[in-house]
Amino acid sequence: MVTRIDVYPTHRFGNYWLRMGHPFPFGTTFLAGGINFSVFSKAANYCVLVLYERGSQVPLVEIPFRGLFEKVDSGEVVWGEFRIGNVFCMTVFDLPYEQIEYGFRMDGHYPRVSRGQPGIHRFNPEQVLLDPYAKGIGGRDIWGIPPNWEDAFPHRGRIVRDDFDWEGDRPLEIPLEDLVIYEMHVRSFTQDPTSGCKYPGTFAGIREKIPYLKELGVNCVELMPIFEFDEFENSRQHPQTGELLMNYWGYSTVGFFAPKAGYAFTGQFGDGTQVADELKTLIKDLHSNGIEVILDVVFNHTAEGNEHGPTISYRGIDNQTYYMLTPEGYYFNFSGCGNTLNCNNPVVRNMVLDCLRYWAAEYHIDGFRFDLAAILSRDPWGFPLPNPPLLETLAFDPILGKCKLIAEAWDAGGLYQVGNFAAYGRWAEWNGKYRDTMRKFLKGEPGILGEVAQRLQGSPDLYGGRGTGASINFITCHDGFTLMDLVSYNHKHNQANGEDNRDGSDDNYSWNCGWEGETDDLEIKALRSRQIKNALAILLVSQGVPMLLMGDEMGRTQQGNNNTYCHDNHLNWLDWTLIQKNADIYRFARCCIAFRRAHPALRLPYHPHQEISWHGTQAWNADWNGRVIAFMVDGRQVSPIPDNIIYVALNMYWETLPFELPRLPPNYQWFVFANTGAEICEEVWDPGQEPVLSDQATFLLRGRSVAILVGR
Amino acid sequence: MAFSVHFIMDENTAKVTLEGELDAASAPSFRREIEKAAQQQPGRLVLFLQGLEFMASAGLRVLIFAKQKMGADVEVYAVAPQPGIRETLEKTGFEKSVIIVDNYAD
Repeated sequence: MVTRIDVYPTHRFGNYWLRMGHPFPFGTTFLAGGINFSVFSKAANYCVLVLYERGSQVPLVEIPFRGLFEKVDSGEVVWGEFRIGNVFCMTVFDLPYEQIEYGFRMDGHYPRVSRGQPGIHRFNPEQVLLDPYAKGIGGRDIWGIPPNWEDAFPHRGRIVRDDFDWEGDRPLEIPLEDLVIYEMHVRSFTQDPTSGCKYPGTFAGIREKIPYLKELGVNCVELMPIFEFDEFENSRQHPQTGELLMNYWGYSTVGFFAPKAGYAFTGQFGDGTQVADELKTLIKDLHSNGIEVILDVVFNHTAEGNEHGPTISYRGIDNQTYYMLTPEGYYFNFSGCGNTLNCNNPVVRNMVLDCLRYWAAEYHIDGFRFDLAAILSRDPWGFPLPNPPLLETLAFDPILGKCKLIAEAWDAGGLYQVGNFAAYGRWAEWNGKYRDTMRKFLKGEPGILGEVAQRLQGSPDLYGGRGTGASINFITCHDGFTLMDLVSYNHKHNQANGEDNRDGSDDNYSWNCGWEGETDDLEIKALRSRQIKNALAILLVSQGVPMLLMGDEMGRTQQGNNNTYCHDNHLNWLDWTLIQKNADIYRFARCCIAFRRAHPALRLPYHPHQEISWHGTQAWNADWNGRVIAFMVDGRQVSPIPDNIIYVALNMYWETLPFELPRLPPNYQWFVFANTGAEICEEVWDPGQEPVLSDQATFLLRGRSVAILVGR
Repeated sequence: MAFSVHFIMDENTAKVTLEGELDAASAPSFRREIEKAAQQQPGRLVLFLQGLEFMASAGLRVLIFAKQKMGADVEVYAVAPQPGIRETLEKTGFEKSVIIVDNYAD
């Protein structure tokens, strides 16, 4: 073994033994005998490491990076400066790292700026700052416990060990077009008592539900933000009901390198390494069950808000580097959340890269979905860049080389880039046009069949040359109505958010099927159920990558609320009794997922060309003007495993219509996989178990129904 | 409570008794005992955990170290862990590689 000669202290500060640290990597690193601390600031000339015993309000010690130290060899007091370039770096020996919390104080030659005032830099040496690279963050260790509002250092860095027994695990690298993504919120998935979980609302809780995910058949979970956030950020009481409203979804990052402690059952132990271990254990087990993990990451802004917001970290370290500022020092607000992270500044760009590399390398994350990603293509003054360096860097990064990169290709500043997001052959997009088109189609809007056809084929009009994997298809996501609400409400009902129903989108393209909200009317209920199945069927036979919203497979409702960002209650928690209550919907979803996974013809990596043909009520004669379309995918030429012929009839007209079926090759017969217009017992079949169709020439399809046939 | 660790070899079984708090400070002494035990090439490792009050991530890593050091065919028993320790073992997936029992008699 090589013994290093630079692992001994050279300096002393009180009872602490030190030496010049390593600038790389930023954050904390374990070295032989010591912990290396490294933090960047271009503008600060004063930096102090502040160490606390866990939870203590009084620092254990404050060690300057520049100051007077005693030399270990001679005992002489000397001036020392632990800094290289713009990086303060120091190794501290013999720290009881599990009990330590740390932060920094910084200052620079800039005028003091008080809260609420604009400023280029906002140094305040009285404030202890969170390390932007902290791998564990304390202060919100148990979800929902009201914080100590007097704590001057509420989000505290913790030192986390990266070693973990992965037992040979590695990212799965499932081809994008083969994924069925399940978008979920860590807490919402199992917090409801009906989940029956031993560790509800946590990473460990999800692990208990892996058998469910397997049964459903999804092979990828996309976790809504899990980087440390503050559920109490801007928490308030509902003006009428007095209910506590919080930052529940978590789209507001405190620290980009730390998993949210409150999402770990082990968070209560105050040990960042155990939190990391719990999450890694979940990922390892998901992988061993064939399920990938994609993280929803929020790099467009931070939890520090605008000039009225709290100083947590970045703005007290180097405001001008981390944020997009007006010349006066106000925060640009392209995120709609107060500030905009300066992602195309080279330092911030590197932080984003370091962060994603860390999650890919140390947590075996399979991919990332970037919230409001259009912001990432803006220059430091907010103008859209033709060749955004951050997006290019991520696309070409070696460590992220096999990671899925998925953009939400719009931002709150009006930049809408669906179809023209800078892709570099790597980026996929949340296809907002798929969502809107299919919603309109489902509610029976006429004259959009040309666009519907594009969406069914993986949107070649948007992603020609990029393949079907570029299109993440979804009809619902966390943002907006659930599928049940999409067919139960014409309008949003967001009163519970305490903003007089002003928040949330008004463009929902929803249809309530005849009554706004809950009803006992059996006919309306049956129609809603059918519309849900129509949506699931369409989503799962479309080329591209289907994404399901958690609970849509069992008819979850948010009672018409299309923006439940602030609710830690039944509006977000998954009610597991719905599996029984809506057993038919669940079965339909499960079978459609299995059908998709059984048929490579539905998962072509390229946009179908000669494989697909278009039909109407007459075979080979589509009427592009109405509400009715059918298509056939001939999977016989699909390599390497030839598939069946699949025929899908979509009748969004309100009357029953006869569909003349295309004639099959000799010795082939049509089998019915799904018919949402049939009685519940004959609606859907397990793939391979489909009954043969009695009339091989014509299929009578009920109004507002979808039929899926297999020719073999 | 201070940490203590005792190791005896009982025929082919290495028996290690842990008491107190197993954290980063005490983990090295546990690790040394495991190394001693491994040298005897036991067929089974039995950890008596009744008196163990707390196990931090560093302690957990010694268990993983033990598993790796002894080899996959050596059975590891965790005897009578207190509820908090048992939960830690469960949530970190360790319950699959150790056999958790309430009491141990050979």
